Amino acid sequence: MMLLQQEKRDWPSLSFTFTTGLATFLIVAILVIILGNLAWNGAGQLSLQFIFGGTKEGMFDAAHAGIFHMIFGTVALVILMTIGVVPIGVITAIYLTEYARETGFVTRMIRSAINNLAGVPSIVFGLFGLGFFVQFVGGGIDNLFHNGQLRYGKPALIWAAATMAVLTLPVMIVAAEEALRAVPKGLREASLALGATKLETIGKIVLPEAMSGVLTGAILAVGRGAGEVAPIMFTGAAYYLAHLPTHPTDQFMHLGYHVFVLSTQSPDVERTRPILFGTALVLLALTFLLNLAAILVRARIRAQSRLGHT
Amino acid sequence: MELKADELEQIANPDSRLNTTSWRMMTRAHQWHGYNKPESIWQPVSEIPKYNIVPLIIGSLKATLVALVLSVPLGVGAAIYVSQLARPKLREVIKPTIELLAGIPSVVTGFFALIVMASIFQEVFGYSSRLNAFVAGIALGLAVIPIIFTISEDALTSVPTSYSQAALALGAAPWQVAWQIVLPAALPTVFAACVLGFGRAIGETMIVLMASGNATIVSASIFDSCRTMTATIAAELAEVVFGGDHYRILFLLGAMLFVVTFVANMIGDVVVHRLKARLEGKV
Repeated sequence: MMLLQQEKRDWPSLSFTFTTGLATFLIVAILVIILGNLAWNGAGQLSLQFIFGGTKEGMFDAAHAGIFHMIFGTVALVILMTIGVVPIGVITAIYLTEYARETGFVTRMIRSAINNLAGVPSIVFGLFGLGFFVQFVGGGIDNLFHNGQLRYGKPALIWAAATMAVLTLPVMIVAAEEALRAVPKGLREASLALGATKLETIGKIVLPEAMSGVLTGAILAVGRGAGEVAPIMFTGAAYYLAHLPTHPTDQFMHLGYHVFVLSTQSPDVERTRPILFGTALVLLALTFLLNLAAILVRARIRAQSRLGHT
Repeated sequence: MELKADELEQIANPDSRLNTTSWRMMTRAHQWHGYNKPESIWQPVSEIPKYNIVPLIIGSLKATLVALVLSVPLGVGAAIYVSQLARPKLREVIKPTIELLAGIPSVVTGFFALIVMASIFQEVFGYSSRLNAFVAGIALGLAVIPIIFTISEDALTSVPTSYSQAALALGAAPWQVAWQIVLPAALPTVFAACVLGFGRAIGETMIVLMASGNATIVSASIFDSCRTMTATIAAELAEVVFGGDHYRILFLLGAMLFVVTFVANMIGDVVVHRLKARLEGKV
């Protein structure tokens, strides 16, 4: 060890360590600069009036604008999205862990489909949402039940949520699968040995055990979904609305889309700047808190499964 | 009278009889009426809609190239440092910090590039158009770094310790082990990480939409404003006629993006899994 320590001081070793260390340092520095800049410029705008205020007084004016409508829209979107993504994700994960053969062709196809779904550009999800949900599904409902009157076949909260659910599905499936696999085999076998059917075992033993992992997945999905803008631009987000959405077929305002609108369409950049930083900071805080929550829940599960089942 | 004027215009402008949605017109430069030389033009909202997708592809590639030039050295360098050279305690701190970068919504990165970075860069480099492929590419690189870092770091860590211990026992220095033993062993996955990073960069929308300037010009300079395929879809889809030519061509762009990212993901996935199996001694 002493020898190595001495050798470390020679020139190539030093320069190699310095170069790679510098790369690491640069990345961390960039992160700190971005977060610091946003916090520095955005914190001044944060106030109860800003967060809970409406936009009636003019949404580009820093003194009056509030972002409650956007927060409401974002929360409504992710709640609807969660309702869609959690059941589908959990059922898929149950199939993959409990029923599918590990090395079968079908399983491999499903896995590679999930992997690829995770890599599809978000704007393509936007196109898909517009073409499939808004026009095909929504338009179809209108034609069948409303005699072609336009009620569902237009951008709406529900279609944005559906699009977002498809986008976050891979995150949900992977997390739920991990949670299900962490449930010890002994529990399943004990349940089966006592005469429970496979379905009962999954429903009453495996799923409750894996619940906190499923929760992690849901939080991660929400964290991913809360910050995405491209998929909702054509499927439901509105530039400006005077009132809150009251029905799933209403359009809505969204924090991320608002950041985009404020930074590209403002008539007076200097006056908008404080709201812009404030909104971006709120959005950032929201996604970071969600990610942090997921990390904490996950760490607790891992600690528990190590303590309880060894 | 108006009809007559229209007819005259048609005779005067031979382009009005062209089918501008043919593959030829979409991919090759055309000598437009009134232009000096053949040009590739994306101008879907004009009297004669022009749907040449070449400027958009060039725009996407330029921004992606800048992003990779920034993110590959930084991401891989940091992965080597964190996995091989850093002390365990430092490692515990740096890894989640870099992964935090992945949690920044792309619209926030785009906004930061547009409002803060663009002005600073313009003062430093002194180019003329404030928003360009360079600014967009750097911001895009920030979004790609966590992907390249995370996958490379995983791969470097999963190289069996017996490799590095053997090299250390033969008298190699830690940096030599990292550079000559561990990195070559994990190289396919590091390459796969870059391919996946490419897929992410070419598919990213909000950052380029906000920071690239969105001018559809064909130019080789990264300091010129550019328009990517993703930004084109995002900017134009809201205003098109459903089912029209323009609408369909935007969907075509989406389909092309899907194919490109699909292939990139496939390559990345296959390489990552092969190497994992090999290092675990399964093959």
